[in-house]
Amino acid sequence: MSVKIALAGNPNSGKTTLFNALTGSNQFVGNWPGVTVEKKEGKLKGHKEVVITDLPGIYSLSPYTLEEVVARNYLIQERPDAILNIVDGTNLERNLYLTTQLLELGIPMVIAVNMMDVVNKNGDSIQIKQLAEKLGCPILEISALKATGIKEAAQAALQAATQVSACKVHNFSTQVEEALSAITNRLPQEINENQKRFYAIKLFERDEKILQGNMSAAAFEDIIAKVEKELDDDSESIITNERYIYIGEMIKGCYKKHSKGNLSTSDRIDRIVTNRWLALPIFALVMFLVYYVSVTTIGSYATEWANEGVFGEGWELFGATIPGIPVVVGDFLASINCADWLQGLILDGIIGGVGAVLGFVPQMLVLFIFLAFLEACGYMARVAFIMDRIFRRFGLSGKSFIPMLIGSGCSVPGIMASRTIESDRDRKMTIITTSFIPCGAKLPVIALIAGALFGGASWVAPSAYFLGIIAVIISGIILKKTKMFVGDAVPFVMELPAYHMPTVSNVLRSMWERGWSFIKKAGTIILLSAIFIWFTSNFGFVDGSFGMVEDLSDGFLATIGNAVAWIFAPLGWGNWKTAVATIMGLVAKENVVNTFGVLFGFAEVAEDGSEIWDTLAASFTQVSAYSFLVFNLLCAPCFAAIGAIKREMNNTKWTWFAIGYQTIFAYAVSFCVYQIGAVITGELVFGIGTVIAILVVIGFLFLLLRSNTKAPNSKVSVSIPG
Amino acid sequence: MRTLREAKVGERISVLKITGEGPVKRRIMDMGITKGVEVFVRKVAPLGDPVEVTVRGYELSLRKADAQMVVIE
Repeated sequence: MSVKIALAGNPNSGKTTLFNALTGSNQFVGNWPGVTVEKKEGKLKGHKEVVITDLPGIYSLSPYTLEEVVARNYLIQERPDAILNIVDGTNLERNLYLTTQLLELGIPMVIAVNMMDVVNKNGDSIQIKQLAEKLGCPILEISALKATGIKEAAQAALQAATQVSACKVHNFSTQVEEALSAITNRLPQEINENQKRFYAIKLFERDEKILQGNMSAAAFEDIIAKVEKELDDDSESIITNERYIYIGEMIKGCYKKHSKGNLSTSDRIDRIVTNRWLALPIFALVMFLVYYVSVTTIGSYATEWANEGVFGEGWELFGATIPGIPVVVGDFLASINCADWLQGLILDGIIGGVGAVLGFVPQMLVLFIFLAFLEACGYMARVAFIMDRIFRRFGLSGKSFIPMLIGSGCSVPGIMASRTIESDRDRKMTIITTSFIPCGAKLPVIALIAGALFGGASWVAPSAYFLGIIAVIISGIILKKTKMFVGDAVPFVMELPAYHMPTVSNVLRSMWERGWSFIKKAGTIILLSAIFIWFTSNFGFVDGSFGMVEDLSDGFLATIGNAVAWIFAPLGWGNWKTAVATIMGLVAKENVVNTFGVLFGFAEVAEDGSEIWDTLAASFTQVSAYSFLVFNLLCAPCFAAIGAIKREMNNTKWTWFAIGYQTIFAYAVSFCVYQIGAVITGELVFGIGTVIAILVVIGFLFLLLRSNTKAPNSKVSVSIPG
Repeated sequence: MRTLREAKVGERISVLKITGEGPVKRRIMDMGITKGVEVFVRKVAPLGDPVEVTVRGYELSLRKADAQMVVIE
């Protein structure tokens, strides 16, 4: 028989550390059905039949955040055999607030008071026995970090799971209790006896999300309104107030704080780190270090090793040369006399395409170590605190800064870094806008256009970054006002957790989980796209017969390029070569340069494509070239980044929305650049195109300046299947 | 009627009530800012918003716009 234990607790209470200590490497990471909230399950060490579910870190069981709704739906519908509630001993009062709510679920519960070592070190004291008596359920002292008391806590939870009787629950004031029992009496029969109190309280709070079938808070309006009038407050606030009053009285006798006046180490760090004057310079320094190490030094070295060593010619290790994967596989295929086209598919298509993407993994892992550290030590919350003012103006979160910064190196880890943003809406918005910031692979494209058409003018590259930033701001403001994003504003009421040193194993585990999930999920879409592009560029009809083509311009891709070239004509570059270069840019943006090289008849070109500058200059004007640059900078990113978007959105519809939005946005901006720019330079005469471009600009202004759409319902709309 | 928004840095204040309704109000109260609780205004972020307060022994940050819902003595 299997036993289900749910691990519940506040964020920053050491829940993840405890979960890792309890389950070891026996974990399955996924998502809760239908939402982007991460779900972790694991088997208890030494007990194969015991499954521990790590609930999202939450402060309450309110209906207002995704995490809270996910957690309570699990607790109500799946009914685990026991709850192991982890409570931060250094923050007892607020942590017990969730405890009082969990107790009402009628599920056997064990409380583990964490960080007892810190509590004792501070000279504070918690009378565990007394507290357990008052709460009516077993309480154990643990230190998840030092792995003390963990086995005992798991054992106690197992024991509780075998008992039928749940813990006792506390009483509210007389008026509220009367109302609750009146509601309980009217509850439908099918509700489980020991869940009735939970339902009654939620109905009293007018919690619409808890309602099932024909239950409705309106039916109890008379009862609720009466109490609200008597106590002169709304029912939700009455309950919250009384919980805290109850906790305050309960811990009076059993919790003693020793040092009230002294500043803790964490306070002293925060005095400097979030100081009015020092906060921004320190933040800039931290960001510089993260960027410098993970993108420019170790990161780029690792990427080079992966791209040119492992997925290239080979690399050196202690003097010995280790051949790259393509070399090994190529030799093998040649030795078994594999068909040429199959060799091409495997080497150029699959290994080349997927390798280009997997090459980013080492760099990502370096970055993820930093992110995991910044998150676990508590600095990430300070980042949000420092940057919130700027970013919330355009609908993003203070934490959006990090994805954008990383995105200037590579969008893939940048998009993955959006993980640290709790609010679903802010995270989606960040994912959509991150790839507007020019990444490293777009630099060769910028250099190509700047060199070929603008004589290497120094303003071109900065203008690309400026354009990216403006695109982020404009999109933030436009999207924030759309119906999709307006409904679910999340209040920025955030805990600033005490600083502490994370364990090495937790940081590494977090790094690996993120890295692996990218390899796994992004891998599939990238593999398919690589095969598709390889096939269409290498096969086609030559002289009426189908087969492999020598010349890219005979392939299907060229046919496709020809077929879609008209789409780009209004942007000023409607010929098939530029269309093909743009499509190839989807594999990797630096491919744009190589593709031009191939199409203009050069086998190899320098990174900035200097060999083709003259030819390219002949097929563009300055305005159309800039329009081409704008489109390629802003449109759908490379497949690797699309894979990352898919991974982080965890939803096909949202992925398509993101890509579609980026591409349409890019098209509209390039259109205006070309149509209006060309009239100014005298390339075109004022005509229909100019009028449409002006209308598009007016449309942008309207979307930017219109007042906010009214939210149909101010609550978060969450629907969870099953 | 004075609110948390107007409180000065370094002030120790007592909460009278929370106005408004819905998710923000519930969140503020869930985090422990309830009637009668003592709040210490610790600092303001470098760019002037949000504010950081100490409540029930821990650090909490909230935007000035939301702090306006907290009526103080």
